This record gives sequence, structure tokens and C-alpha cells, in this order.
Amino acid sequence: MRELFDDELKKLHGRFVEMGLNISEQIYYSTKAFIDHDKKLAAEVIEADNNTNGEEMKLEKQALNLIALQQPVATDFRIIISILKASSDLERIGDHAVSIARETIRMKGTPRIPGVEKEIGKMTDEVRDMLEKALDAYSKSDEKSARALSEQDVGVDKEYLLIRDEITKAVEANSETMPASSSYLMVIRLLERIGDHIVNLAEWIVYSASGKIVELNPGKANPELVNKLYSEEVIEEDKDKGPNKGSK
Amino acid sequence: MGKIITSEDVHLYYGEKEALHGINLDFTEHEITALIGPSGCGKSTYLRCLNRMNDLIPNVTITGSIKLQDQDIYAPGVDIVKLRKRVGMVFQQPNPFPFSVYENVAYGLRLAGERDKHVLDDRIETSLKQAAIWDEVKDHLYDNALSFSGGQQQRICVARVLAVQPDVVLLDEPTSALDPISSAKIEDTLLNIRHEYTVIIVTHNMQQASRISDRTAFLLNGNLVEYDKTEKMFINPDSEQTSDYLNGKFGQEDLQ
Repeated sequence: MRELFDDELKKLHGRFVEMGLNISEQIYYSTKAFIDHDKKLAAEVIEADNNTNGEEMKLEKQALNLIALQQPVATDFRIIISILKASSDLERIGDHAVSIARETIRMKGTPRIPGVEKEIGKMTDEVRDMLEKALDAYSKSDEKSARALSEQDVGVDKEYLLIRDEITKAVEANSETMPASSSYLMVIRLLERIGDHIVNLAEWIVYSASGKIVELNPGKANPELVNKLYSEEVIEEDKDKGPNKGSK
Repeated sequence: MGKIITSEDVHLYYGEKEALHGINLDFTEHEITALIGPSGCGKSTYLRCLNRMNDLIPNVTITGSIKLQDQDIYAPGVDIVKLRKRVGMVFQQPNPFPFSVYENVAYGLRLAGERDKHVLDDRIETSLKQAAIWDEVKDHLYDNALSFSGGQQQRICVARVLAVQPDVVLLDEPTSALDPISSAKIEDTLLNIRHEYTVIIVTHNMQQASRISDRTAFLLNGNLVEYDKTEKMFINPDSEQTSDYLNGKFGQEDLQ
């Protein structure tokens, strides 16, 4: 009996991690398509999302069956509930990757801002690093690493604000970059939201490991922190650039 | 997988009192089917119809048909001993005979005329293994079966039924007199044997039904309310009554 349940739980676990890794890949390909202006790759990402959604449904069904038929309690209960909740976040992350791919397809041959595209690439790396750390923390039931993701997300949020400034400045300098910029703004917002969902995921890892329901989202836990870090950085940059350039 | 037992419009009367109001139920081969419902709903009565155990009770009338692989088990001339060999039964209270483990399990085989010591030894070992009790009794095969714990006795009884290689094993609340660990062992046993036998179990324990059964039938006041795959029954039953019962909204006073 017990063996059967453990097997099912193991399968559920494996399925969840696999889904996470696939989604990390989707984020990579969607932003790569965006930066490389590769509409074909973007279409592939959109196509692949159907699989993700199917996977998520299978995962949910399996988790619900385990709850209804095996009545897990204590640790097993927390593990299954956490997977169920975290899988919604994963699925939403996948949706955001699709939105990024859609932006790629939407973009016309208007002038681009290479500096911003490079920053978007970096932001993507950061977000993917977060997701992979989250999956690792999940596998090891590592509460400490999960909690650390909150801090990393502060960095992503700050990055979002800084790139947004950069976009604004670029549009001020050359209004022809406006159409591309609306897509840039959309993409960085999506990446920032992906970061938030990863933090949600981290919250469920903490719950699974410790039974504690926590709020790790820095925007909620400490709303002033991001702005403070952002302002400090802007002041730093202004200093670097001298009094004439940084008018903010 | 095919149907092994089909029952149609089974009514059962204890004297004037109608206890089953026309039950239609089919059982699929190599599956575990659980019969659930509050006390007095008729689930044990129905189970006992399947190997004519109710014949022993005076004043019982049964109508309708019950077929074991297309053969009407209530037809005139049916050999009840043969029927019960094909449809074995395990009861709520472990009821080993007051002699050795070996003789308990050999009993049905000897009754069927088996004399070959090698065949007996072989079958006894296999049955005890299938019942997941071999490791615990293999060095005590000639000890009195009553000297074992309740949970062990119950698994010896399961082995005794399996020894005659029935098609169907009926169990009437086989774990309600056992502690959770012994119950889990019986559940393991049932999961083990379901690939070779068809198992029909009456249980008051809904978690047990959900854990081990492929299909569940819910009976209430002598009627079959719902019968479906266990997964469907426990997640999305058709009947509100089923849902209420599964959630313990009635019948609690009967639960053990």
C-alpha cells in the first residue's frame, strides 16, 4: 500500500521538476527569439506551450487523485498541496513565456535599441537562474535556498525599473524607437512577473519543508525596499554620467 | 477485462422483510470491487448471495439472477461446495480452524481429494506467500493457527481461501477487527492477489475502499445508489447521497 503511494508521489515529484525544466527552457527560447528577431522560434515556443498546459493538467489530476483516494496527511499532504499550488505558478510562467514569443511575432522592422535588448538578455538569465534554483530547492526541500529567492527577486525588480528608465531615455532621444519600446516594456514586465511567480513557488517550497505559510514577495513583504535600492542606483549612475546627462 | 459475476434484479427477503430491493451489479475480472454503505444497507447480505452463504439462514428468499461466468448459481442442481470453491470467502472475525497453519491451508485441498504431499506443500507455500504471511509462519507451520495474532490469523484465512484457487474472493469487513498495521498488511495482500483473482470486499472503512479498490458500489437501504470507478466515486460522484455518505454526513453512528 505504502509502496504504491510512494511510487505515485515520486512520479508526481518527477513530473513537476520536469515541467519546471521545460518551462525554464521556454523562457530561454522565447527571449532568445525576441532578441534575435526570430519569429520561427517564437512560433515554436507558442506551440510548445500546449504541451506544458497538458502536462499541468495531468499533474493536477494526479495530485487530486492522490488527495481524494489516499487521504495523505502531514508531510505527504504538504508535499502534494505544494505541488498543486506551485504547478499553477509554473503554468502561468509558461504563459508569460508565450506572451514574450507573441511580442516577437508582433514586432515590425522598426528601429531597435540594442542596449536594451542586451539588458533583456541579462534579465532573462537572472530569471532563469531563479527558476532553476527554485527547482533545486524544491528537490532538496531546502527552505533556506527557497527563502533566498526573495532577495534575488529584489534584484530583478530593480533591473526592471532601470531598464524602463533606459527605454524612456532612448525614446526621448529617438522617437522612432517607440514601437519597439512598447514591446520592450511589455517583455520586461513579463520577466518581472515571472520573477514574482518564482517567489510564489518558493513560498510553497517553504510550506512543503516546514508547514509555514509565508509571504516572500518583496513587493508585499517590504514595498519600500525595491524603490530604495532603485533610487540609490539611479543616484550612483547619475554621478557616473556627470551632471548634464542624468536629468532624473 | 470481462465480467466474472453478473447479478440482475436481486431481491432478498428475510421472511416478509425485503432486505435487497433489486440489485444489478457486475464484477470485472481481476479487479477489486468495494461494497460500501451504512450498517443495515444490505452490503453483507448481498455479498453472501454471491456464494450462497444465505442458504444457511432459514426463511430467506432470493429472486433475480446471479451468474458466475454465465452459469446461474441458483439454478437447481448447482453443487454448492464447488461453487464455494470457486467463490471463496473471508469473514470479519479471523476464523482459523483449531489446528496447525499447515492443516488450515491444506483443508480445502484435502477436501477436494488432494493427497500428493508435494502438491500440498507447494500450494500451501504459494498461498501463504500470496497472502503475505509466509515469512511470519514458515518456521511455525505446525503450530496451532490460533496461537498467532489476529492480523496473522486473518492472513492465514486468506491463504486458506487462496489455496483452492478460487476465481473470486469475497471479504466481509476483513479488517474491522484488526489494528491499522495488520489492516495495512491485509490491504497489501489484496493488492497483491488482484492480478490473479477477482476481489469483492465489504468495508465500513471508506479510506480503505478508496485506497485499494478499482470500483466502488454504494448501497443504501437495500438499494444500489451508485456504482462506478473508485476514482470517479471519490472525486465526482453522480449522487448527492453518495457524496454525503463519503463525507460522513450520515451513517456515522454505524462507523467503527
